[in-house]
Amino acid sequence: MLSIKNLSVSIKGKQILKGINFDVRPGEVHAIMGPNGSGKSTLASVLAGSAAFEVTEGQVLYMGQNLFDMRPEDRARAGIFLGFQYPIEIPGVSMANFMKTALKEVRNYRGLGALSSSDFMKLMREKISLVEIDSKLINRSVNEGFSGGEKKKNEIFQMAMLEPKLSILDETDSGLDIDALRIVANGVTKLKRPDNSFIVITHYQRLLNYIVPDYVHILYDGRIVKSAGKELAYELEEKGYDWIKNSNDDL
Amino acid sequence: MKIISFIFAFQSVIIQNSTSTIWMENDKDKIISDVTLNDYKYGFHTDIETEIIPVGLNEEVIKIISSKKNEPEWMLEFRLKAYGYWQTITVPGWAHLKLPEINYQEISYYAAPKQKVSPAGIEEVDPQLLETFNKLGIPLDEQKLLTGVAVDAVIDSVSVKTTFKKNLAELGIIFCSISEAIQQHPDLVKKYLGTVVPFRDNYFAALNSAVFSDGSFCYIPKGVRCPMELSTYFRINAANTGQFERTLLIADDDSYVSYLEGCTAPRRDENQLHAAVVELVAMNNAEIKYSTVQNWYPGDKEGKGGILNFVTKRGICKGRNSKISWTQVETGSAITWKYPSCILRGENSTGEFYSVAVTNNFQQADTGTKMIHIGKNTRSTIISKGISAGKSNNSYRGLVRIAGSAENSRNFSQCDSLLLGDKCGAHTFPYIEVDNKSSIVEHEATTSKISEDQMFYCNQRGISTEDAIGLIVNGYAKEVLNKLPMEFAVEAQKLLQISLEGSVG
Repeated sequence: MLSIKNLSVSIKGKQILKGINFDVRPGEVHAIMGPNGSGKSTLASVLAGSAAFEVTEGQVLYMGQNLFDMRPEDRARAGIFLGFQYPIEIPGVSMANFMKTALKEVRNYRGLGALSSSDFMKLMREKISLVEIDSKLINRSVNEGFSGGEKKKNEIFQMAMLEPKLSILDETDSGLDIDALRIVANGVTKLKRPDNSFIVITHYQRLLNYIVPDYVHILYDGRIVKSAGKELAYELEEKGYDWIKNSNDDL
Repeated sequence: MKIISFIFAFQSVIIQNSTSTIWMENDKDKIISDVTLNDYKYGFHTDIETEIIPVGLNEEVIKIISSKKNEPEWMLEFRLKAYGYWQTITVPGWAHLKLPEINYQEISYYAAPKQKVSPAGIEEVDPQLLETFNKLGIPLDEQKLLTGVAVDAVIDSVSVKTTFKKNLAELGIIFCSISEAIQQHPDLVKKYLGTVVPFRDNYFAALNSAVFSDGSFCYIPKGVRCPMELSTYFRINAANTGQFERTLLIADDDSYVSYLEGCTAPRRDENQLHAAVVELVAMNNAEIKYSTVQNWYPGDKEGKGGILNFVTKRGICKGRNSKISWTQVETGSAITWKYPSCILRGENSTGEFYSVAVTNNFQQADTGTKMIHIGKNTRSTIISKGISAGKSNNSYRGLVRIAGSAENSRNFSQCDSLLLGDKCGAHTFPYIEVDNKSSIVEHEATTSKISEDQMFYCNQRGISTEDAIGLIVNGYAKEVLNKLPMEFAVEAQKLLQISLEGSVG
């Protein structure tokens, strides 16, 4: 599904990613962990198509297509979803209106007609109960006045509505209490299918208790320094990031 | 002890393009310029014969206008007095606008379609005229009857058709052209014309008072609630014909009326002057809702041509507990210069002003309102939403004056500016004068642009930049759009999107 080859990315002349390589196949969950500043969010943003970054080297293939040839909205319509670390507020635009517009585009791309109003409302309610948010959410402006936890749940809600092929969750667990974490994680697990994939970016191992990864990659100073199965997350939790820094700074 | 506070806040915001190393930079600029350019949808004009008086303005011309309309002596006197005064004054220069030179001798002040007025039924109306109305989306036929909107249509300077007169007449409501009102209801016209906007008020009011062609007249009798939205559509047809509408709306004690004004105009090379005057009078416990959706030709992408919309609109809340609300959505005109205002004389009276003003390409706007509090316990609300795009300049100018006598009065003002792109300007000039200690004035202002983060968030959900701008702009203007009567709200929303989104509906 996703093939990242030798990806290097900079912002304002500063090199952030320095040659990333990994592949994601359908049905897989990949966890990316690493200390602050290692480039995790940069990776997520670049895959989604943020214009703030410059790709200096490398190539990414998504479903066989050159990802960097696609505009951000086309990447989204083709099934890439980014759960933002800091979801932005859009005053005046209701969640319902926002989702209706987004869903129409995605469905259109997939050759499906738009949903009728009643089917749409039914879908909204179904997904809202999945993430256990207040149904009053529908009429509120996008993320306006939402608490940190509500914003994160709202990301998962949108993911549920749009049914992406590749979901990139950028520190979705940060700022969540234990219950919210469980709800978010359950939401993700319920959406997991053999034909979709997840890239979960996180600091903490505990999310990975709920969303069990197939692969764990440790990102440090713009490079993947270690990749293994889910046990790696436990090891990292135990030994801390210094373990990574020490073994890599010596090189 | 007198408290007078003058607040001059000049906020000029020119957003600089800040980010570098954006490989999509040129694309993004292109998208924004595509989104903000629009092919004027209503660019066409009707080829019916129109009778035009040769250009120029002098006493002779005014006498011709008056005689063609069969006006009584007092009306001609009114015009001549105004003309005499107009000759002594000059165009004001305090606005934040680049005004073109207007040669008033090169304008023709009268154009009437050859169609003989007063058709008994639709069959008698010029079919080309009807086609024009259809193109503008105003079917003057049975369908309109079902929606219950009475339409007083003005083509150029003469009212051609008035529907629903009979139905309204049964309630005692008078809704006709002002030319007709001068003939049929001279006492009412004489009593109120020029009392809210005297010809001495300003340059364009004087001009209008001298040469006004036609407009709407409405009188709602005591205790009557007008059962339907009243509406007027008009177009400027012939080239070089200034459009000088005069509207007078009177709501007697305990009455209610909602009035819609919407206009479009055909594509033209020469500037066209539109100097209208609207006067509203609300008596005890009466309420007038006046809504405008303005979509005059804004000029081309290089800033050539377009309508000059210099309008004087004012309402007086004469009676106790009376209320006047102005709601406007302004997307057209090369230059918009208007301040729909309320004089709150009656105790407990209320004035409201809700506005969305869009400027794009090279359009300019200097618009706002004046709320003059004279009576006790009077209230006013001002919500102004400016949207600037392209290379345009959009200014809000508002005055809240609370006289010493207006004890316990209250005003709330909110003026917001939204900037799209980095070459447009938004400015605010609020004036606050308070002459008593028991009143409260609140003023809030925000200036914002659609952030790149918001744009990226929308993109990441599959929404194109163009659609995202449409969503966000409509969300921004929602508070004002909600005040419009439903028929207009939909048209207004579409208008906002069209004026900023190219061909996306």
